[in-house]
Amino acid sequence: MTSRIEVDGVSHRLGGRRVLDDVSVRLDEARIGVIGANGSGKSTFARLLNGLVVPDQGEVRVDGRSTASDGAAVRRAVGFVFTHPDAQIVMPTVAEDVALSLRRHRLDPAETSRRVQDVLARVGLSGFDDRPSHLLSGGEKQLLAVASVLVAEPAVLVCDEPTTLLDLANTRRVMSLLLGLRQQLVLVTHDLDCLDELDRVLVFDGGRIVVDAPPEQAVSAYRARVG
Amino acid sequence: MRRLPALPAAGTYSPGSSVLHRSRAGWKLAGLGVLLLALVVAASVPAVLVGAAVAAVGYAVAGVGWRVALAQVWPLRWFAVVLVAVQWWLSGPQTAAVTVGSLVVAVALAGLVTVTTRVSAMLDVFERLVRPLGRLGVDPDRVALVLALAVRAVPVVAGLAGEVREAHRARGLPLHPRTVAVPLVVRTLREADAVGEALAARGLDDG
Repeated sequence: MTSRIEVDGVSHRLGGRRVLDDVSVRLDEARIGVIGANGSGKSTFARLLNGLVVPDQGEVRVDGRSTASDGAAVRRAVGFVFTHPDAQIVMPTVAEDVALSLRRHRLDPAETSRRVQDVLARVGLSGFDDRPSHLLSGGEKQLLAVASVLVAEPAVLVCDEPTTLLDLANTRRVMSLLLGLRQQLVLVTHDLDCLDELDRVLVFDGGRIVVDAPPEQAVSAYRARVG
Repeated sequence: MRRLPALPAAGTYSPGSSVLHRSRAGWKLAGLGVLLLALVVAASVPAVLVGAAVAAVGYAVAGVGWRVALAQVWPLRWFAVVLVAVQWWLSGPQTAAVTVGSLVVAVALAGLVTVTTRVSAMLDVFERLVRPLGRLGVDPDRVALVLALAVRAVPVVAGLAGEVREAHRARGLPLHPRTVAVPLVVRTLREADAVGEALAARGLDDG
């Protein structure tokens, strides 16, 4: 089941520059890609979806909840994975970092441990519990960042260029994990090869959605625009 | 001269299943408090020797290895040398031995607690201690999170400083306090912004 994400007449400025310009879109599909040049507004768009950015104008709703008035509930429903996993990893060991996401859930230690083990197994990090998180490889760190978000069982996962810093093998590993999730996925990426298995792709340019189509059509249109 | 092989980072958890690893964090912190208090009150060479023996036995029981044990006190070496010299000059050899000995033993004992206790277990203790202040508007979760971030900041800032030093070396520039401090402060602030955003995204900043 997918969530209903509604972006309604959203405009937003950053540092005096208009980064999003009257964007309206409704996202119902299971896997959605977002592409565009640097500065096109796609990362700001991604940050709108879990309330990290509240728009200057317009409204973003996830299953009817506004990111402006019900931000905490939206963040529980929408997990976010950043480009740089280092910023996302807080605790010194792998298991502790994943468990940190559950602190506010007030689960008993056995349940916390069960959920941590379960999610580490799902992302392929079984046995990494006591490894120092900051000494993992780039791919392992990104998998840990995904695990730390997934353990809270969000309905939607927004990933902002999660493979940009990874080599080919780790890109495949992370993409295989993301595409196998039951969560609704919104993937911001520069890697056009990652889009093949998505249901819909939005192309951003100058803060607006200029193409909204299935992957093949969207990528062709994007290539044509870039020239 | 042979260089000492690289030591593990001080104050980081070292996995294990010893009785110390399995003991409750609250008991270990309370024991540490009692031992440190005894060191300060006794303030004598025999007390320092007893404290050193307790620390040595503790590390042996923990089974973390001599390198982990040495890593806890190694960063103190130059400070200890200077402190011995100053104390010897000002107050004599016995005061120097007691002051520096107490300091090294205290750090070794504190290190023993940190290498055998997960940060999350320590946070649970602090959270419980702070909980009564909830009536005054103090958020125990937030206090625990701040402590976790403080623990995290040490290796992160050390890593950033290392990168700034490397960048100087790569460009053939001498290390100068201003040219080191400016990029280090800027990068630390950027890192803090990124971590803040990541915490907000994980819902850890929500009340």
